[in-house]
Amino acid sequence: MSISQVLFYFLSALALGSALMVVISRNPVHSVLWLIVTFFAISGHYIMLNAQFLGIVNMIVYAGAIMVLFLFVIMLMNLNAETEPQKNKWMKFAGVVSGGCLLMVLIAALKEAEVKGKATELVTGEIGLIDNLGKALFTDFVVPFEISSVLFLSAMVGTVVIGKREAKEA
Amino acid sequence: MNIEHYIVLSVALFCIGIVGVLTRRNAIIIFMCIELMLNAANLLLVAFSKMHYAAAAGQPATAGIDGQLFVFFIMVVAAAEVSVGLAIIVMMYRNVHSVDVNFLNRLKH
Repeated sequence: MSISQVLFYFLSALALGSALMVVISRNPVHSVLWLIVTFFAISGHYIMLNAQFLGIVNMIVYAGAIMVLFLFVIMLMNLNAETEPQKNKWMKFAGVVSGGCLLMVLIAALKEAEVKGKATELVTGEIGLIDNLGKALFTDFVVPFEISSVLFLSAMVGTVVIGKREAKEA
Repeated sequence: MNIEHYIVLSVALFCIGIVGVLTRRNAIIIFMCIELMLNAANLLLVAFSKMHYAAAAGQPATAGIDGQLFVFFIMVVAAAEVSVGLAIIVMMYRNVHSVDVNFLNRLKH
């Protein structure tokens, strides 16, 4: 077993375990913290695939900005107590069973898949570096890049409008 | 690593996200599970991008780079989505003083 295989299994176990803890834990703050662990494990996968730019961006944007936003909202609402009423065990059971069925079907579909057995390149390869990604981003993908700035602007305006409307009516 | 390892890992993460959406009633945790599903898709896109790069043997030097750029754009959209979604959840909390999605059944009546 090579070192990259050991790392792969370690990061996968970390990601799956903390993703399970996101769903299981009762306290929303604990869920957010476990989700941060999951995102760091996924960032580790990116770095192992030599997608260094995406690994760093995943850490900064997801584990940094988005999760802080979640924590902010949870603390703003004072939700850190276990507020969720526990009822209807059958609904939970049905949810777990249907999720498990989906998992089983997707993995069974993998059995006949064409791509099975093809290798991914782990620690080498140039395409994940900022040099090549930036060149492709500003030549082939420049239109979606500019459109995404409009998307950000509209999201910002929308957030402010949604956040302010209540104060105006009251 | 073969690609099917990454496929199984991403599918498992995605299904954990789906189970979370189906079983939890807290709107914020449902939202976090949606983020988890987005990240499972991102991981698989990066893995496939590296698989195509390895299969093309670097013949166009940027083979498979599209996948990583898609992940970049998914992150952009996710950041915008989270800001708007959390604003909606805060709004809902102001109105009904709860983030339980069971209270949001007014369309039913």
